[in-house]
Amino acid sequence: MNPAYWFLAPALSVIAVFFFVPVAASVLLSLTDFDIYAIASRANLRFVGTENYVRIAADPLFWVALKNTAYFVAVGGPLSIAVSLGAALLVNAKVVRLRGVFHTIFFLPVVTTLVAVAVVWRYVYQPRFGWLNYVLSFAGIGPIDWLGDPAWAMPAIIVMAVWKNFGFNMVIFIAGLQSIPDRLYEAASIDGARARQQFLHVTLPMLAPTFVFVTVMTMIGYFQLFAEPYVMTQGGPAHSTLSIVLLMYQEGFRWWNMGYAAAIAFVLFAIILVLTVLTMRFRPVGETPEGAP
Amino acid sequence: MKRLHAMTVYVTLGIGAVLTLLPLLWMVSASFMPAGEATAFPPRLLPSALTLEHYRALFTRLNLARSAANSALLAAVITAISLLFNSMAGYAFAKFRFRGRDRLFRLLLAALVIPGQVAMLPLFLLLKEMGCVNTYWGVIIPGMASIFGIFLIRQYALSIPDSLLDAARIDGAGELRIYWSLVLPACKPILVTLAIFTFLGTWNDFLWPLIVLTNSDMYTLPVALANLLGEHVQDTELMMAGAVLTVLPVAVLFVALQRYYIEGILSGSIKG
Repeated sequence: MNPAYWFLAPALSVIAVFFFVPVAASVLLSLTDFDIYAIASRANLRFVGTENYVRIAADPLFWVALKNTAYFVAVGGPLSIAVSLGAALLVNAKVVRLRGVFHTIFFLPVVTTLVAVAVVWRYVYQPRFGWLNYVLSFAGIGPIDWLGDPAWAMPAIIVMAVWKNFGFNMVIFIAGLQSIPDRLYEAASIDGARARQQFLHVTLPMLAPTFVFVTVMTMIGYFQLFAEPYVMTQGGPAHSTLSIVLLMYQEGFRWWNMGYAAAIAFVLFAIILVLTVLTMRFRPVGETPEGAP
Repeated sequence: MKRLHAMTVYVTLGIGAVLTLLPLLWMVSASFMPAGEATAFPPRLLPSALTLEHYRALFTRLNLARSAANSALLAAVITAISLLFNSMAGYAFAKFRFRGRDRLFRLLLAALVIPGQVAMLPLFLLLKEMGCVNTYWGVIIPGMASIFGIFLIRQYALSIPDSLLDAARIDGAGELRIYWSLVLPACKPILVTLAIFTFLGTWNDFLWPLIVLTNSDMYTLPVALANLLGEHVQDTELMMAGAVLTVLPVAVLFVALQRYYIEGILSGSIKG
């Protein structure tokens, strides 16, 4: 027998049994009314077809969760990518010495434990004695109840998420910037392109493939928003930070409506899949970087 | 003009660095403040007197030492097992010829787009049937192999020359021996990278341990910390000490080994 199979067997069995089988089982689970009674006895399990999906479409809480998650992705995603690119350009600037130090500092939040830093940010956002309101008071702003006001809770979570995540994409952007050949900049400057034009017509087009990658990864990650609202707001106030995964967790593991929760997970998967495929289609644009002046 | 440009870059970088570090530095500082001082107004940057009482409370009264041990144990065991399994599979995908290899590998890569949450509900029921809920195994078993890990190793192992492996085979070395004493040493840099990734990822993981560990004696640090927040939300300094305890080990590990960590991100993205 081919020795390859012996080497593959341990990892592939684990992935098959504890990932692929559950994913497939999840399809079936989402077509049942699996709830706390079914956990007690499988005899209480009924096949309900697409009933869970119909229920999702009519569940106002799901639409709130979808809207909140979309808000988080649509505002937090581009914001974090913009901050990442800005940080990458600064750290990578020719004049900068001690690059490694800034690199490390900006990356540090990425490796920290989300739950722990979410706890820290809760206190930063505290309306009476938190740092943020104290600093803003000098500008005559506030006080704002960041996590207690439905209008501000999601923006507050977005700011924290950007702080936590921008270092990751920064590293990828730096690698992208360093892979742009110097001769392109030289040619551009011989043609009389100023720094801003070089950025627009050399840097950005050359970074297009990096942008696609970073956008897909960020989008997939941000759609799975969970720990931030769990720790900072519990999904409140007034469900303003309830995310899809938080809703799935509550339905599945707090109320044990596992059939319904599985359907929610699949809807999330479908959304991620469609958006990933759509974003990937932009790829060919990135492969024609000769838009330099 | 050039000096001005350099100044602007440095000032912006400096402000960015301060903003990035401030929450973390304040966390450390507040964890040493006497009770009540972190909620003083105006907010204090530094403690008036250093106290270790909150750390003492975490270790004695609040059982966080147990959670820290759980976290360390789980992260270490998962790192060791998954490193072994992933390296074997990654090596096989890179260096063996077998039917359906490329199709299988593409299937695995495509599955990366499936969010983990999709598998979680049936996985919980499966592990419950196996009697693994609220045991270490409940966390360890799903972490024993990862598609990303296999991918990372495979990309690296591609560069091992076939002639080297064939020469060893001609010398009569068995396949296990080749893997253990030729392939593994050749893959050392990527193994270190994957080890750090896995260790940090397991240490920081929240959702799955929250689901599968139901007894507070089994909690990992993030779960214990979220739980502690429920009862001690008013004890700011205590919560900050708990946050330091959770973040410090991974932050130190990262700073010490960041070269490998960053390389891992890049080989998982640009080169991949």
